[in-house]
This record gives sequence, structure tokens and C-alpha cells, in this order.
Amino acid sequence: MTWIRPDPGGRPPGLIRSGVDPLGSVFAAFIALSVLALPLMTARPNRIAEGTSLMAWSALPSGHALALGGVLGLAAPLLALRVAPRLRVAAGAAALLLLCLTAGWAADHLTAPGDRYARVSPDAGWWLAFVSAGLALGDGLARLRPGPGVRIALLAAGALLTGLALGSGFWDQLSVLREYASRSDTFGREVRTHAGLALSSVAAATAIGIPAAILARPVPALRTALLAVLNVVQTIPSMALFGMLIAPLAWIGRTVPGAAGLGIAGIGAAPAFVALFAYALLPVAAATVAGLEAVPGPVRDAARGVGMTGRQCLFQVELPLARPAILTGVRIVLVQNIGLAVIAGLVGGGGLGVFVFQGISQNAGDLVLLGALPTVALAGAAAILLDAVIDASRLREQRP
Amino acid sequence: MIELAQVSRSFGARPVVTDVSLRVATGAILTVVGTSGSGKTTLLRMINRLVEPSTGTIRVAGRDVRSVAPHVLRRGIGYAIQGHGLFPHRTVAENIGTVPHLLGWDRRRIAARVDELLGLFRLDPALYRDRLPGALSGGEQQRIGVARALAAEPPILLMDEPFGALDPIIRGRAQEDLLAIQRRYGTTIVLVTHDMDEALRLGDRIAVMDAGRLVQEASPAALIGAPATDFVRLLLGGRDRAFQLMALRVVDELVEPGAAPGEPIPVGTSVRAALAESLWSRRAALPVSRDGVILGRVTRAALEAEGAEP
Repeated sequence: MTWIRPDPGGRPPGLIRSGVDPLGSVFAAFIALSVLALPLMTARPNRIAEGTSLMAWSALPSGHALALGGVLGLAAPLLALRVAPRLRVAAGAAALLLLCLTAGWAADHLTAPGDRYARVSPDAGWWLAFVSAGLALGDGLARLRPGPGVRIALLAAGALLTGLALGSGFWDQLSVLREYASRSDTFGREVRTHAGLALSSVAAATAIGIPAAILARPVPALRTALLAVLNVVQTIPSMALFGMLIAPLAWIGRTVPGAAGLGIAGIGAAPAFVALFAYALLPVAAATVAGLEAVPGPVRDAARGVGMTGRQCLFQVELPLARPAILTGVRIVLVQNIGLAVIAGLVGGGGLGVFVFQGISQNAGDLVLLGALPTVALAGAAAILLDAVIDASRLREQRP
Repeated sequence: MIELAQVSRSFGARPVVTDVSLRVATGAILTVVGTSGSGKTTLLRMINRLVEPSTGTIRVAGRDVRSVAPHVLRRGIGYAIQGHGLFPHRTVAENIGTVPHLLGWDRRRIAARVDELLGLFRLDPALYRDRLPGALSGGEQQRIGVARALAAEPPILLMDEPFGALDPIIRGRAQEDLLAIQRRYGTTIVLVTHDMDEALRLGDRIAVMDAGRLVQEASPAALIGAPATDFVRLLLGGRDRAFQLMALRVVDELVEPGAAPGEPIPVGTSVRAALAESLWSRRAALPVSRDGVILGRVTRAALEAEGAEP
């Protein structure tokens, strides 16, 4: 007997269905509350003076305030309802875009022409709305389940848009960019130093951690010892680790011929690199061990049974199967080290931490942001990029 | 030919295989049967040196296995295990072609061999070649596992519970496939199982293992007729020996001239199935046919006599 069963996936769901989306309504509530009840922008006559907090309607020209209210007033209810993911993405993106525009408009509006000291920066309301809209956009994208290629394309599009906006001078009246303007000569160099420190320490940890884990794994005692030592390193607070490295590295720089020429000294890039490298080793080695342990017993048995040598078994069977787990470990340490590399600024290692710690010592929040925002952006981009790579490497195994 | 001479193996102080001597003739199927922990898997794995014997000698085709590097030895011996052990990141074709690839066959020869084996296991090469193991059913994975073991046409095939994970119907077909392939290539097979029915069905000879020792090594009929120990009797199930014996024998030699009523049974039918048919259809004799031609008849009395103690 045959009958036609209604196919649950066959009928495309409507764009808007009845009911409330729990997560979406939280985002919507935060966006609405932050714009209506919290100050949107802060205006200060100069860099370190006390600021005035301004609500959305006083921070923007009335036309622009209406535009902001209109777009957010449309986007927030959409996010709260059970709408199709595509509509959710559109609402989140529109809210995000408008908030970015708002920051520029408000800065222009609140800065008198020719005033070079006035500082306009986003206040609590703007930040909360921005984060909520960003999360809503991310949530909508996650529900669409885009493939790795699409995610990388979206990341590139986001970076391109941000770059264009920065290049056009649209945000130049914002205080963060005023800080940038006075440090534009060193900013590029510090970004390169920062990324270089994070990438090179992760690359070194990968180059040493993976082989170490492969060699130690067959010997239970060695494996336990390796992971225990790295675990201890991981628990040392980062500041303490930098401090501990100063004396031995300074000694090496003084006594080992040629070491000083390589830049090895108690302070500077060397201790920063060594500390970041030490932090990256455990996750990479542990991920490698876990990935190799997860290779099913029968698969390993079969690989040996059909006549693979130990090396062939490792490179043709075990490592390819462990690759997603290892890449996940590398992704974790890369994101972690991009964040941790800020500390390098404290020991003369350079990087974006320089701006953060200068900002803290000068009590200049905008300068802190100049270091922090690019760090967050770099870490986020690295996470998206590596997640896409990991997904792509898994995809082949799931191919029907 | 495989020869084991006084082979023992212990893990630490625990003996797993104790003083086993065995011969497997070329082209024969030896089934090794025993409960779990009886040492049967260890015995099998010593033949391709996945486990090294503590004492004793193993010879394959007259050569001590220790005279060959383990990986080289294994490339000449097919190996199929329960749960098939297919490489999940490699396609069906890549899995089957593993050993030919290790042996350095050229690509066209490997591809031709893969397609031949897929056809042999009734899997359409065009449909299955590029699939990944995860996209296959349990029965298909098992067939690919055996195909991989056979890819380089090894003279010897070692199988460890190869059909253990299959349901009874697919299992029966897989056993038939194995027998057909064994007849085709004349492969010498050592197959480990805990299932006595499977051992009786597939084995030319059966080796019963208990607590690391070889308790009996005999033909199926001899095993049923004269179990050496209570343990063997226990494995055989004890009570329906007559039927087990009948299941091993076919009606061909019992055919006598004469007529019988009703539907004929084909030659090659087991005595047990023929007796069941005779009882069910209330016929004292059944006509026997080959390719639709009646050869004669077989009587219930002749069938019954096959169940008597040899």
C-alpha cells in the first residue's frame, strides 16, 4: 500500500509566522531599550575633559534621528517575531548599518566646524545596541547555515565595507579616529607586530606541539607528563609568565653570543613571543592527542592489518582523521593569542597593546579603544576564517 | 598453506594462547570457534604478525613469517575484521585499492580491479566507487571490507568475526558470497567466529578454542559426530546433533530410481531441508530434479538415516 505523506520539509515556511522568537525578542528588547533609555553618544570639549551624555534625539539632527528610529523601529519587531532567517539577517544587518551611520552623523552633528579638540564617542546606548544588532545578525546567519565559502565571502564583504567607510573619512570626527589621526604613523606597524606575534607564536607552537604530541602519544607515561607540564604552564597568569621570562631571557641575551643580535633580551618581542608560544603549546598538543585518540580502533587495526607501515598509518589514516580536531585546537590558540598579544605592549614587545596601555595610563578611553577594537576585529576574523577552513575539511567526509 | 607449530602467547603473566599446533591446507577454509577470551582472535592475529607469538613458529607457504618484514607480510595476506575498519575519509574505491596502492600497482590496474571486485559483490561500480563509507549500509560496508581484503588477490585471507555485526538475512548472503569467492579464487581462509552454526556452515575444518588451548580440530561431520570435550558439546548445542549433521549433507547421493508425487526438490538441497519438506507435505518420498529434469526420488527413510550417529 502506498500513500502520500505530507512532507514536512517540502512546503516553504512563510516569511513571517505567528508567535514570538525567544532569542530574537531579547535582542529586540535590548536594541529598543538601549536606544530609548540609554545615552547614545558622549560629547567632550577635549580629550580628557568630563563628557556630556546625549540621548539619541539630542545627539542627531532630527531627520537622521527619525531615520534611526524608523529603521530600528522596523527591525526590532521583526527580530522579535518568528520570521524567516533571511528576514532576520536583513533586519539585523539594517540595524547594524544604521548604527554605524549614526555614529558618523552624530560626530559630524556634535562637532563644531573646525573644532579640533572636541571629542565625540559612542556611549553605552550605542554600544549595547551595536552588540545586540551584531548578535542578532550572527544568530540569523547561523540559522541560514551558510557554507564555508559563503562565510568567508561575508567576512570579506564586511571587511571591505568597513575599509571603505574608514577610507572615505565618514567617521573621521569620531574620537577613536582622532586618536588614530595623531598615531597614524605607528598604527600600521603595531598592527603588523601584533598579528606577527600572534601568528608566529601559533605557527611555532603548531610546528612543535603536533610532532611532540605524535611522538609522546604512544608512550602513556610520556604523554601524561607532557600534558601535565603544559597544563601547569597554562595556569600561570600571563603577566606572571612575562615577569618570569625577563630574568632568563635577559641572561641569554647577555651571555649567548649572537642572541642579542636576534633581539633576545629581557624585555621586548622575545619574552612576548616565548610566553605566547608557551600558552599555545598545550591546546595544540592536547588537541593532537585527542584527535589521534579518537581514531576508531578498528580503523587503526585495519590500517596495520592491510600492511601500512607506522608512517603510512600516521600520515594516510590517523592524521587525516585527526585533522579537524587539530585545526580546532589551532583555531582556539590563534584567537586566544591575538587577544593575549595585547600584553606584549606591557613588556616593550609592541603590538596593539601599546595603545591600550598608553590609553590606560593617560586615562584616555578612546586610545584604549584604538588598541582594543582592531584586536577584537582580528580575533573575530581569525575565528570565522579558521572555522570555515575546519568545516571545509570536514565536508569531504560527509559528502554523500 | 599455513602451519602453526607449538605456538603460545601470553600478555604479561596471563597466557592467552597455549601450545597450539595447526595446519590449514591450501584452498581450505578453517573456522576457529570459541567463546570470547578463548584466544581465537589472538591466534588469528599472530598469523599476520599483528601479535607476535611468545614461543613457537608460524609458517605461511613454507616460510617462517618472522623472516619477512611485518608490513610486507601483511600486504600478501587479506585481513577483514568485524566492524569492517574502513577508512572513513577515503572513498569506496580508495578503500578497496589500499593494498594495490601500497604495492605500487599503476592507477588503471587498480581502477579495473576495484570495479571487478565491486561487481563481484553485486555493487554497481558507477554508483559506489566514489561514495564514502559513512554513506553505506552495514551490509555494504562489510562487503567493501571483504573486497578490500581481497583486492591484491592474496592467497590467504584472515577474517575476524567478519559477519558479526550483520542481521541474519544479510549475514546468510554474505556467507554465500564468501563461499562463492573462495571457490573462484581458491583462497585459503582462516575465519574466527563465536557462532558454531557459522563455523559449521563455512568451515572445511573447524578448530575449537577454549581458554587459549586448541580442544579439537576436525571436519564438521567429525566434530558433530564425536565432540572431543564437554565444551565442544556445549558449543554445538548438544541436543539436535542429528539435524546439524543433516544440514551439512546434501541429498545428491541419496537419489534412487523411482517416481514420487508432488513438486521436485533440486539437487544440492540439504538433507535437513529435504526432510523438513517431506514431513511438511506428508510425502514419504520426494522427486529430485537437476535443471528441471527429474533424476529420481529420495525417500524419507534414506533422509532419516543421515541423522544417525556416524
